[in-house]
Amino acid sequence: MANMAQAIRMALAYGEQHLGVTDVFGEDVGPPLGGVFTATQGLKTAWNTPLDERGIIGLAYGIALAGGKPVAEIQFCDYIFNTIDLLKLVGNAHWGSAGTFHLPLVVMTPVGAGIHGSIYHSHSFESMMTHIPGWKVVMPSTPIDAYGLMISALKDTNPVMFMKPKALLRTKGEERIPGEPEDEKTLKEMIDAPLGDRSNWKPRWPNLTDFSVPIGKAKTVLEGSHVTCVTYGRHVHWAKAAADKLAAEGISVELIDLRTLYPYDFEAIKASIRKTRRVVFLNEDTAVSNFGEHLLRRTTEELFYELDAPPRLLCGKNVPGVGLAPVLEDASVPQIADIERMLRETASVPA
Amino acid sequence: MQKSTLRPRLEPGLQLRIHELMVKTRCLEERMIKMNRDGEGYFWIGAPGEEAFGIPLGLQVKKGQGPDFDYLHLHYRSSPLIMAMGGTMLDSIRQMGMRATDRYSAGRNFTNHYAIPEWNVVPMAPTIETQYLIAPGTAWVQKRHGGDGITIVNGGDAGSAEGDFASCLIWSTRPGKELPVLIIVVNNKFGISTPYDTQHGERNIADRGIAHGMPTKVINGNDVFESWAAIEEAMRYVRTERRPFLLEAHVSRLNGHSSSSGANRIDEPDCIATFEKQLVDEGICSPGEIRVTWERFRDEANACVKQQRTEPFPQASDIWNNAFHNDSDNAIAKAGGD
Repeated sequence: MANMAQAIRMALAYGEQHLGVTDVFGEDVGPPLGGVFTATQGLKTAWNTPLDERGIIGLAYGIALAGGKPVAEIQFCDYIFNTIDLLKLVGNAHWGSAGTFHLPLVVMTPVGAGIHGSIYHSHSFESMMTHIPGWKVVMPSTPIDAYGLMISALKDTNPVMFMKPKALLRTKGEERIPGEPEDEKTLKEMIDAPLGDRSNWKPRWPNLTDFSVPIGKAKTVLEGSHVTCVTYGRHVHWAKAAADKLAAEGISVELIDLRTLYPYDFEAIKASIRKTRRVVFLNEDTAVSNFGEHLLRRTTEELFYELDAPPRLLCGKNVPGVGLAPVLEDASVPQIADIERMLRETASVPA
Repeated sequence: MQKSTLRPRLEPGLQLRIHELMVKTRCLEERMIKMNRDGEGYFWIGAPGEEAFGIPLGLQVKKGQGPDFDYLHLHYRSSPLIMAMGGTMLDSIRQMGMRATDRYSAGRNFTNHYAIPEWNVVPMAPTIETQYLIAPGTAWVQKRHGGDGITIVNGGDAGSAEGDFASCLIWSTRPGKELPVLIIVVNNKFGISTPYDTQHGERNIADRGIAHGMPTKVINGNDVFESWAAIEEAMRYVRTERRPFLLEAHVSRLNGHSSSSGANRIDEPDCIATFEKQLVDEGICSPGEIRVTWERFRDEANACVKQQRTEPFPQASDIWNNAFHNDSDNAIAKAGGD
């Protein structure tokens, strides 16, 4: 099975071939490296930029204005913070121009902890990003969703922020991407750049198809009846691991992978909470003004009388960074044991 | 870097056209200042004093839509350029008056903040520097597209202190990927209230282009002839060589920074008065004809103000429009945020 980096790469290749992608660019995005996580290896429109994040976002804005279809990468979301005002300008260009201009562009950036990236390679960005109106914001948890969400992002005529959960980029999926060869080794030979001299290497893309995951649609990963867990990115897998353990105790968890953070699928959240009457929102961003707090607010306002237990948020600790030592990282972001504990507590509150 | 002393021959008809547009722009700006003082608009910021540079610039733009034509990344002192391209007083006054009929922003932005797709005038932000980052993007598309369309970006001396200006120089001169962009700094020697020479040690802002291997020029932007010649030369270079040119124009700032500083007239050289003296001395027009021109445009400005008073303001529900490109997506913004 393809890993997430390969899935993103194949989606971008499909975008180059069929969806009008003109430029895939960023720091080390072009040859020879093809991205620090290899998500852009072999793409014909990939090119390297100066190490200037503001310039990268500005260029994407300009290319989109002139009719191109840019996909810009910020190498780690930790580096995107100095572009916030530009992201805001991108988000308000359509609104501020009375609808006369629009910006079909995609920005992608790895987010979150999980690779021992220490203080400046472990940030989360979703709470900040969902606070910038005018953007759609997606984050996959599996390679096939990464492929399908990227295809949807490339088709969208609005700016889309594609967040890559960096701890999952080398993780293989359980579902084959349409067109992907059955043999993993064959795929690797076709699309992974060789070690050493790559100057004459060209990828052989599989017969890729137009497989989309609609923006704005969540996925029910597990059906359950006692408590709902709403999450995204790598915490989908940890929540599933926690749910599997709780199942042995007779606690049934309904797990929702949001996949799109904006516009988020509140209908799916509502339907699940009406079924279980209990909910835990889960993510690894820092606590204060956390994106999950918004979902808590809507849950409280719209479903208060349908809840059997206080809705909960489990998220990252509100500290300035994620420390390098494993014990520090583990203490900063929710771990499987933390998720298990909070789901158990929430499921155990007397109705 | 060259200091320009050029004085090209401009046909009398063109000189009269330039004068007419200079007066038209000044009358527009002065009327909008009055709107602010009368409580008909919350904030004014504009370009009195920049007409001798902005009008020749606007008249030489290759106007149209798409990469075959010039892209314009402007700052908020660009009314002369827009008037020279064919902008109307009424459209600017509608924006000043925050009317729903404001074609540039539907009552959402300050005046002199344009967005004109059919002329490649891209959406303007009140930021003083971000346009220098976005301009290389349109120029990159034009470089690949071919033809002679160029990207024009303008800003002020204060904006050149931001890192985005340095980014523009770097992105425009990547080896083998030089971009067809005319980089303009209109130096009025102030950043709001702070004098330029108390913050900038460089001899000229344009000198910064030298390190990037681009031709540069510093001109007296209060002189119509010198401005016309320098713009013509710079545009010719960028159009044909497909490489950047950095042009610094020194101008007056006749009404201060904005209405926030009172917008009162300041004693600096007035390019229109200078140009009018030249027109009269050379017998191109008479003082009486000049007076008639001023009266005509003051009357037009007054009529536009009256017209906009009859037009509706935006409605509260309009805030949800255009949050996203597709109407079906605009309901998204409302959900959870209403």
